[in-house]
Amino acid sequence: MAIDYKPAVDFNHVNYSVEGFDILKNITDSFLEGKITTLVGPSGAGKTTLLKLCNGLLSPNSGEIFIKGKIISSYEPVELRRLVGLALQSAPMINGSVLKNLALPLALQGRQLSEKDAQNLLYDVGLEAEFLHRPIKDLSGGQRQKVSIARTLVNRPQILLLDEITSSLDRISQQEIEDLIVKINRKYETTIIWITHNLQQALTIGNYAWVMMNGEVIESGTSDLLHSPVNEKVKLFLKGEVK
Amino acid sequence: MSYLHLSIALIFVIIPIVLSKTLNLGLERDTIIAVVRSIIQLLAVGYVLKFVFDSENIIYILLMITIMIIAATQNARKKGVSITGITWKVAITLVVIEALTQSILLGFSITPPTAQYIIPISGMVIGNSMVLAILFLNRFTAEVETHQDETELILSLGGTPKQAIRTQLLTSIKSSMIPTIESQKTIGLVQLPGMMSGQIIAGANPIQAVQFQLLILFLLLTTASITSAMLGYLSYPSLFNKRMQMLKRCLAPPEV
Ligand SMILES: Nc1ncnc2c1ncn2[C@@H]1O[C@H](COP(=O)(O)OP(=O)(O)O)[C@@H](O)[C@H]1O
Ligand SMILES: [Mg+2]
Repeated sequence: MAIDYKPAVDFNHVNYSVEGFDILKNITDSFLEGKITTLVGPSGAGKTTLLKLCNGLLSPNSGEIFIKGKIISSYEPVELRRLVGLALQSAPMINGSVLKNLALPLALQGRQLSEKDAQNLLYDVGLEAEFLHRPIKDLSGGQRQKVSIARTLVNRPQILLLDEITSSLDRISQQEIEDLIVKINRKYETTIIWITHNLQQALTIGNYAWVMMNGEVIESGTSDLLHSPVNEKVKLFLKGEVK
Repeated sequence: MSYLHLSIALIFVIIPIVLSKTLNLGLERDTIIAVVRSIIQLLAVGYVLKFVFDSENIIYILLMITIMIIAATQNARKKGVSITGITWKVAITLVVIEALTQSILLGFSITPPTAQYIIPISGMVIGNSMVLAILFLNRFTAEVETHQDETELILSLGGTPKQAIRTQLLTSIKSSMIPTIESQKTIGLVQLPGMMSGQIIAGANPIQAVQFQLLILFLLLTTASITSAMLGYLSYPSLFNKRMQMLKRCLAPPEV
């Protein structure tokens, strides 16, 4: 049965360090195609770094990463980053309007985003059309996060990397974004890798989960591992988080 | 003016030293060093220039220009140490500017091909280019640092390094050129430019002095724009590697 599941992203003994400091240590695991995998773990565990390795913003010091069966270095960087989309917690923006930010992925290819498409994108993330011409600097943290998610979807990535994208959202917005991501996952069979601090979120939306600490994946499997972890450190971490 | 008169003019050095002592500014040492250095350096340059003018040998002219470029490069490169190969990038920019300006000046016979013209004009062009290079590098490294999130964003959306750095590059080119343009708007209203004053004092016809000053101003506009633009386009590629990743050694580590 498990043979049917192909890895969308496959890590093989991957190490990443900066100036002698090991940030990721010997990561060997895979993210399955068309599935939602959540990444949990304390801050500083290396989760964000792992996402940046997946879309080639960083390269490992040793080991190999395969994207859809092809070694990552065989992709052109631009092609890879359109295939593997990334939305960061910090939701960085370029100066200008919401529309300018939404149009950015296409503008980089010399293409245009129609106002209609832009409105639909806003609608998907739960923002009204009137936001289109607002300057980014007038947006709240939560609204910026929504624009950032919508912008990542413009390239229609087959693999979607999400870094704590609901951390500054209220409960209702959080629910809307979860529904949207699950819908995208079902409709386009998009592979989702989702970093979250919210264990409830990991349990409800994730098919699989990885628990990371100190640059290592110390436990991974189907999401119910978050209910009944084997590793002692994971038990302690989960207890602290649940409370 | 005789050396005797010049020595009497040292009164103008004694005044700030006395003032520094009375007010406890602690600037006496630096003032004396500055005075001694300027006396030695300028006298040396004066004698070298006299020798070069007298000999009228192209080799000496080229040698002096080379020394100017090396000195200016040494000075400007310090502001861009995080950029790989900054030394030759600054040097090549200065060489191109010097070659371009002199070929226009000499090619159209705007100035005569003598050391008396080539050397001072080269000095002004190279000196100004150095200041522009410093202004540009200061601003560019600061822009890259403060906007690294945007750069990474554009890369992550499938943009090229050139697209990712464009705003920072253009802002830096523009802002380093502005002082040159602005200072020319008010020139002559408040302060006579140094070169022009010097010529007038030395007995030149004021209109001639003005013509020369205008020539220099035009030159400096070209110098400013080419220095910033050329250095910018030479510099930005070394912030990235072949995999279109931003090189972290150019940046401070992120906050966690
Ligand atoms: N460019 C960098 N230079 C130095 N240290 C870094 C750099 N990027 C990340 N780190 C370090 O790597 C570790 C993991 O960071 P990160 O991947 O952001 O963790 P997480 O997302 O799990 O909180 C942290 O200790 C952080 O300080
Ligand atoms: Mg993180």
